[in-house]
Amino acid sequence: MKKNRLFENIVHGIFLILGLITVGCVLLITVYLIITGIPAIKEIGLFNFLFGKEWASTAAEPKYGILPFILTSVYGTAGAILIGVPIGFFTAVYLSKVANKKVRAVIEAAVNLLAGIPSVVYGLVGMLVLVPAIREIFNVPDGASLLAAIIVLAIMILPNIIKVSITALDAVPKEYEDASLALGATPTETFFKVSVPAAKSGIAAAVVLGVGRAIGEAMAVMMVAGNVANMPSLFESVRFLTTAVASEMAYSSPGSLQRNALFSIALVLFLFIMLINATLNFFLKRNKEK
Amino acid sequence: MKKIISLLTVAVLLVYALTGCGGNKEAVATDGSTSMNKVIGALGEAFENETGITVTYNATGSGAGIQAVQEGRCDIGLASRNLKDEEKAKGLEGTILAFDGIAIIVNPNNPVSDLDVETIAKIYTGEIKNWKEVGGNDAEIVLIGREAGSGTRDGFEDITDTKDKCDYRQELTSTGDVITTVASNPGAIGYASLASVKDTVKALTVGGVVASEETIKDGSYVVQRPFVLVTKKDATLSESAQKFFDYITSKAANEIISGAGVVPAK
Amino acid sequence: MNKRKFYIGFTRGAMIVCTALTAALVLFLLVYVLVNGIPNITWELLSTKPSYLHDRIGILPDILNTVYIVLATLVIVLPLGVGAAIYLTEYAKNKRIVAIIEYAAETLSGIPSIIYGLVGMLLFSNNFGTSLLAGALTLVIMNLPTVMRTTQESLKTVPQSYREGAFGLGAGKWRVIRTVVLPGCVDGVITGCILSVGRILGESAALLFTAGFAHALNGIFTGLTSPGATLTVALYVYAKEEGEFGVAFAIAAILMILTLLINLSATLVGKYFAKRRNI
Repeated sequence: MKKNRLFENIVHGIFLILGLITVGCVLLITVYLIITGIPAIKEIGLFNFLFGKEWASTAAEPKYGILPFILTSVYGTAGAILIGVPIGFFTAVYLSKVANKKVRAVIEAAVNLLAGIPSVVYGLVGMLVLVPAIREIFNVPDGASLLAAIIVLAIMILPNIIKVSITALDAVPKEYEDASLALGATPTETFFKVSVPAAKSGIAAAVVLGVGRAIGEAMAVMMVAGNVANMPSLFESVRFLTTAVASEMAYSSPGSLQRNALFSIALVLFLFIMLINATLNFFLKRNKEK
Repeated sequence: MKKIISLLTVAVLLVYALTGCGGNKEAVATDGSTSMNKVIGALGEAFENETGITVTYNATGSGAGIQAVQEGRCDIGLASRNLKDEEKAKGLEGTILAFDGIAIIVNPNNPVSDLDVETIAKIYTGEIKNWKEVGGNDAEIVLIGREAGSGTRDGFEDITDTKDKCDYRQELTSTGDVITTVASNPGAIGYASLASVKDTVKALTVGGVVASEETIKDGSYVVQRPFVLVTKKDATLSESAQKFFDYITSKAANEIISGAGVVPAK
Repeated sequence: MNKRKFYIGFTRGAMIVCTALTAALVLFLLVYVLVNGIPNITWELLSTKPSYLHDRIGILPDILNTVYIVLATLVIVLPLGVGAAIYLTEYAKNKRIVAIIEYAAETLSGIPSIIYGLVGMLLFSNNFGTSLLAGALTLVIMNLPTVMRTTQESLKTVPQSYREGAFGLGAGKWRVIRTVVLPGCVDGVITGCILSVGRILGESAALLFTAGFAHALNGIFTGLTSPGATLTVALYVYAKEEGEFGVAFAIAAILMILTLLINLSATLVGKYFAKRRNI
């Protein structure tokens, strides 16, 4: 019997370790990013690093200011949200409340496909369709720009927004809607004035999730944004936090200040993501409590 | 349950097998310039066909390749520029494999077909902004360049004396990308390894000289740089690496080197 | 009244326009990629490796690399993810630990792949070289939350009475898990596998710096220890670095079809198990 208990304890221990692996991974990633990210910030100076307007990592007098990347990431994400959220929101309401079963099934399958398409495919299509189109339509010298990145990101966050919003909208109790209808509101009014407010923290979570995906996307953006460390402007070629890391990583030599600065950029990106995660969690929790 | 146990066993075996056959002694590791993709790819393939020894090529960039040799992470480093004095001082040695022209390319629809080095420099520093100033259409010039760390960019900016002064519209991470972008934009100008230039773009003559094997060899086409094999001066190469080195620097390899579009050094 | 009519009309219109837009977008992407890609898929492309001497591109190495990396990732991630899920549903009594683990899992799924790429490079590639294995280990961390969550969901549907019954018969905890709990989470594990495969197929940023982008033709063991490009990475390299759009579109079409198949099988598996449960 004693042996049995020992065995059970060992099994318990093994499962405990397996359970804690996720926690270990998060800690490992955090610690690694901090350890590798801090030295360059120390050397460059926090203020110069975060608010420097110029990035010239291989110049004779290198400059490591990442304000252009930070602002590009912020503007790019905001732009993607501005375009993606309304489209995703209206689609979600339509699918959840109005569409009949068949239409919903077909479009949901389509949205799932959109979610599963690899980001490089978005980049490829963006490169060959979107970039030339922007050049022609807006009559600018070159279409690889912040605008191209925003449109690609807006499309990429669409499935997240639609799916999470639908889940939230589906969970609204039918009684709410029935009551509103009984009071003489039309179905459309009911959906937007009763169902949507009832699902608002779920929809907020969808938006935050979209922000997280947009700010973290690297490859698709790299293929359409032109990659010059300019201050962001709609038709200029720009570099995001993610693409700043991706485009120079292969060429920087290990141990150099350039590479360490790239790790510092990753740390900044990570902090953004953690902030977004915390916000997301806040909304999700509020949703659950209701 | 059995499944889990067998899965775990497989996992353990896998890890074991992996550590067991970690070092593949036969392979020759090369690391460096992305511009040398084609020539090293062709040489490596021919060498493998002949000897059965595989050659791996890690396209990282000239600077990273030089660093990799120095730290012993690869057998032969590939640089598309000459070694700097401080790199030589660290005990590195460069052997020129071939010369490559850097083609100045524009869209095929662009009427401009010749520029001299000075004008190119003026264009890249933003002094000349419109094609009509150099005899072309009235269109803004779109400057396409390479990312920091690229050997092609180093070479180009060195020759045109525009180091850190270029006002790029796009900084792309590869030769192929520059060509694609120039091919699709009527106002664009870019620079790319002559070996990789396709007929989707037009290579300009520089100061009236066409980039070709002869003009690169006799130096009259000035926008050119060497492809350099980097090794450690005092360390001996592994047997297979030495074989590869001898093979690619031999006369027999010249045909393959020319086939890849660059000019053999010998 | 007019204002109300306008409001109703506007929102109805917006809903229909947006839904149509989404549908049109998907249709366009699907048709565009398939039309440009399928004509370029040839037997030679699928069955050879690239050759500089013959100036030919083949994606067989990339296909094999993809298979290797999928297998290696799943073999490692499944025991970890399933184990973590079992701990959470069967063992953990302390609510705080559960909350911490779940928060960690959520955090992991929110981290962008480029950061995984960097950390993977530091942790794995710097220790055993840029290789498919280093890539697979990076993917393990990325997919851990997915497998854990799907297994957890399916474990929750195993009725408590089953466990109690088994305990009542005098079985130890481990025996209960083995005989009652594990068989109950098969559907979760399968769904987790399908989702993970989908994610691995689509991944590029995390693999670029960990698994590299060589196109060498290798067996599974040498393959795992040497650098190699998966299909998605190869697509990036051919499109962005080499300007070979024909090949890029061919790979894109293959990936698109695989995505469709994965989505379809996830739906079917879900339906199949839901049906079995209801009986």
